[in-house]
Amino acid sequence: MPELRYLKAINLALADAMAADPSVILIGEDVSEAGGAFGASRGLRERFGAERIVDTPISEAAIAGAAVGAALSGLRPVVEIMFMDFTTLVMDAMVNQAAKARFMFGGQSSVPMVLRTPHGGGLGAGPQHSQCLEAWFAHVPGLKVVCPSDPASAYGLLRAAIADPDPVVFVENKALYAMKAEVPAELPIIPLGQAATLREGRDVSIIAYGAAVHTALAAASQLAGEGVEAEILDLRSIQPWDEQAVLRSLAKTHRLVVVHEAVEAFGVGAEIVARMADIGFDELDGPIVRVGAPFMPVPFSKGLETAYLPSAERVVQAVRRTLA
Amino acid sequence: MTEPLDPSAAPAGHNADHGLLALYRSLVLIRCSEERLSAMFADGEVPGFIHLSIGQEAVSVGVMAALTAQDTIASTHRGHGHAIAKGLSLDGFFAELLARDTGLCRGRGGSMHVADMSVGMLGANGIVGAGLSIALGSALAHRTQKSGAVAVAFFGDGALAEGLVHECLNMAALWRLPMLFVCENNGWGEFLPTSKQLSFALKDLAAAYRIPHVLVDGNDVAAVAEAAARIVPEVRADGPRIIECMTTRVRGHFEGDAQKYRDADDLAALSERDPLRITATQLVRAGIAEDALASITEEVKARIHAAVEAARAAPGPGFEAALADVYTAAPAGMEAR
Ligand SMILES: Cc1ncc(C[n+]2csc(CCOP(=O)(O)OP(=O)(O)O)c2C)c(N)n1
Ligand SMILES: [Mg+2]
Repeated sequence: MPELRYLKAINLALADAMAADPSVILIGEDVSEAGGAFGASRGLRERFGAERIVDTPISEAAIAGAAVGAALSGLRPVVEIMFMDFTTLVMDAMVNQAAKARFMFGGQSSVPMVLRTPHGGGLGAGPQHSQCLEAWFAHVPGLKVVCPSDPASAYGLLRAAIADPDPVVFVENKALYAMKAEVPAELPIIPLGQAATLREGRDVSIIAYGAAVHTALAAASQLAGEGVEAEILDLRSIQPWDEQAVLRSLAKTHRLVVVHEAVEAFGVGAEIVARMADIGFDELDGPIVRVGAPFMPVPFSKGLETAYLPSAERVVQAVRRTLA
Repeated sequence: MTEPLDPSAAPAGHNADHGLLALYRSLVLIRCSEERLSAMFADGEVPGFIHLSIGQEAVSVGVMAALTAQDTIASTHRGHGHAIAKGLSLDGFFAELLARDTGLCRGRGGSMHVADMSVGMLGANGIVGAGLSIALGSALAHRTQKSGAVAVAFFGDGALAEGLVHECLNMAALWRLPMLFVCENNGWGEFLPTSKQLSFALKDLAAAYRIPHVLVDGNDVAAVAEAAARIVPEVRADGPRIIECMTTRVRGHFEGDAQKYRDADDLAALSERDPLRITATQLVRAGIAEDALASITEEVKARIHAAVEAARAAPGPGFEAALADVYTAAPAGMEAR
């Protein structure tokens, strides 16, 4: 099996989507001549031309709003917002325009756009370049939210997101950009809304997405040494999320831990936990425990940031709590 | 009258016939629609907020006279005139304002979100300034697709204080997009004169972006149509232009606003600048009989009456259908949960 980096998987998905559909365009700051701030669109300008790989001025609100207008006029724009922290500036376009156009125009038109953006800490980028804000978008009816954890799913989910008729916020964890993994020679498109079971186990279900999946996997290895078999679900899509897959796993293990890098309070985990406490109540043999970031901005110093980010050790402790 | 009254029946936009009489009919259609809505609002029959375009009709009619059905527009909270002039279904319009399932938006949008994609009307907008970026993107799509179409953003003078306007002017100019900016300068943003909201004139702003700017009397439909007929081909061939239309907001910011903050004499003087009166005077001077104008009004009112009656008889929207339309029906296995 060939090896592929996460960032290259994104690049391949963009290229394949553009080759498959001439209405796909890429717009954003430094996406064209520079090939993307992180290099996600490297080589695409040479292949598809400057008309389809469009460098923009530093105007996030207009970029996202223009994507809505372009999507309503026959294109499938893929927007890159350099850091998820900057999505504060695209909120009107995403929340009031993209999310609602289909519904509020009576189903006359869909808004087939993707907003790609990297979140996450670990790079010492500090409070305004590290945040995980996906829960904001998942809270808005009309938007879909995806967050892949590895190269193959980054490819497959991005292809599905671009083909999707509705607006998708596609969140990449920038700490994963350099991650390398074996992938099948023929990379499949992966439907949105489906979780993947990355590890089978009988004792506890750990639900995670994005980089937290790797934290959960590390915790599972450690727990296996103690005789605890954890099942790991990679959620992949946050909105819609695979409620049935989580419920099935809970019905098997009867214990649930949810892990994400985003702030724990009012986060994605809170939604999963609330649903499972409702529809999975009879299955529960222990408290549902969340592991997320503390209620503080992402700090800059290496020491502070390490303490801030959810660790395998904290996941292990959470599992011990629910098993106790 | 033999020309079609149903705007959607006209092949290339409602005002394909640029004759002043056709423009007048369009003015009357908007005015009578607004007056009908005003009366029904007062009776409690129209839910929500409505912002009427009475006194500003000539902007919509004059600009749309220069557009084709392929051209797209993004509108505002005060968007009835834009929508009607672009040729949206009148039946669908009234049904929407009365919140019926037969409405263009199936009773989910109402006045501030009325849209008709089939005629390139990309929506009224409840967010001041938001339409500019939607038109910007539509213009980008037109250029990418080499369709030859233009996109038009209508916006009020109050919107000029939004930062997004700067981003859109810059990008349209930078990329020389086929985009027309139409500012409806009625001197007000809600309850405060825009003289107390803006530190600049649009003309000077336009100069900073090197976008050609034209000031027209927005209450004289012949003047607006003449400017648009000249400028829209420039937009198609060369890139963005701005038309600033000096116009008059006759009604309150929204229906139900008693306008206590406005000078009574100023309000009374507005009838001098009434777009319908200005155009009727021109037509009569050109030899059109006053009776002919009166019969246009009667005919239009009958058409509106039919739309209102059809809307009244139509069913309200169903909750399940609304819920099912939050997302597009996805391929099997990809349903939103
Ligand atoms: C972003 C935003 N801010 C404020 C409002 C409330 N609001 C609605 S219309 C309006 C005034 C707009 O003035 P102008 O653009 O001149 O349009 P006019 O009402 O005069 O036609 C305001 C402040 C809004 N709808 N959206
Ligand atoms: Mg105004």
